[in-house]
Amino acid sequence: MDILAKYDSLAERREIMLQAGDNPFGLRMEKVLSPTDALVNGKRTLLVGTNNYLGLTFDPDCIAAGIKALQEQGTGTTGSRIANGSYALHEELEEALGRYLKRDHTIVWPTGYQANLGVIAGLAGPGDTILLDADSHSSIYDGCRLSGATLIRFRHNDPEDLDKRLARLRRQKEAGSPDAQGAVLVIVEGIYSMLGDIAPLEAFVEVKDRHGAFLLVDEAHSLGVMGETGRGVAEAQGVEAQVDFIAGTFSKSLGAIGGFGASNHPHFERLRYCSRPYMFTASASPASIATVTAAVKRIEEEPGLIRKLWQNAEALHGGLSEKGFEIASPVSPVVAVRLPDEKTAVAFWNALLQAGIYVNLAVPPGTPNNICLMRCSVSAAHTLEQIERVVQTFVDVREALKAGAAAGN
Amino acid sequence: MSDSQTGSGEQPIYEQVYELLQHYNREGRELRPETDLNAELNIDSVAAMDLIMEIEDKYDIDIPINLVADLRTVQDLVTTVRKQQGAA
Repeated sequence: MDILAKYDSLAERREIMLQAGDNPFGLRMEKVLSPTDALVNGKRTLLVGTNNYLGLTFDPDCIAAGIKALQEQGTGTTGSRIANGSYALHEELEEALGRYLKRDHTIVWPTGYQANLGVIAGLAGPGDTILLDADSHSSIYDGCRLSGATLIRFRHNDPEDLDKRLARLRRQKEAGSPDAQGAVLVIVEGIYSMLGDIAPLEAFVEVKDRHGAFLLVDEAHSLGVMGETGRGVAEAQGVEAQVDFIAGTFSKSLGAIGGFGASNHPHFERLRYCSRPYMFTASASPASIATVTAAVKRIEEEPGLIRKLWQNAEALHGGLSEKGFEIASPVSPVVAVRLPDEKTAVAFWNALLQAGIYVNLAVPPGTPNNICLMRCSVSAAHTLEQIERVVQTFVDVREALKAGAAAGN
Repeated sequence: MSDSQTGSGEQPIYEQVYELLQHYNREGRELRPETDLNAELNIDSVAAMDLIMEIEDKYDIDIPINLVADLRTVQDLVTTVRKQQGAA
């Protein structure tokens, strides 16, 4: 038997998708021109699916910092921090992030995915129990599996369901069950990437405190986006002191690549010699690290970026809702338009691309509840004219597809 | 001797689980203890997560994800429900 035959049915589904046009899961951007524009199929295309929330990818300060680090410290670190040592740049970024986040300890990983793996598998281990939101990102699921802890899912954004499960666990512990004697870690996200819905952290914090559990919040999509100074949903809901651990990424609002974990827990630094995803990977390259440090400074110095992002989010959400599109969640920088089925979604995505708009196609199993989405992510770098163009193009595509369906195409 | 040892207490659970599975049994197959959840009922890993949550709600138990990969048949499901009821 062929070793890759297990993917035959997925490959067939992909082939059908490709017959409808471009590849939604492997689009080639010939040249990225700005935070909001790229050349795709030789055509200038408006980017509305990049997670480039603050538009910092072309920020002159970040670029200058990257060039300086590249010229002065070379292209790569060629090894892990425990084997080859840390560059001062890594530690400077950790200090800058810690100051910004108001956390005593911050640890940087080369990607956001690895940050979740490293934080989760570093915190929890065999004998512990993790309760994770059912709609958690794959990096959270993978980190949980790597930890060796007992994994229990609770219903998405449902503090009551979490409460019920923590109560059951506590009863088992009190009854002396050997499987329930370890530490308990609850994991949620700030903003969920597919639908753009926001966690009710205030309620989650109350529940986890009552049951004596630890809470990790992944602020990947909410760092630089939520809260007055962009520290995330925990800041926005006034519960930072009760959130034990946060994780996040540099590849969204900070416009680079990498990830972090941060905490005031006095022993958090133990992850540097106990968390395998930290220990056994090469550290991020100097240029990448330097751009992130510069981006953190930009967020601190210019809170207007966050305000501009939300103006744009409200404009896109309001504009599409007004035109009768069903948006999956209340306003956030992720504006996910719901479509009836995969065939319509693929056709819609291709028609938008042909009209010069790039968004994300999101289909099961990548989405909750088997829904199909045109997922837009808004940037502070978008102009209101660009947002209006997106809304009008959505309307035009809907009309064109309707006309095509009526004509039997 | 307990119900689980005699098997006499399992019949209602089988019937209840069959009822929960009807939603997934699109081809109307006859459900037996040895019915394969994936091969016969097309319950993939994503649908299995939904099914598990329904079962957890019905029996007021938790079924850790770590156990889900080993649930191949209806009988595996029932055995796990009984085991977790004992743990709760």
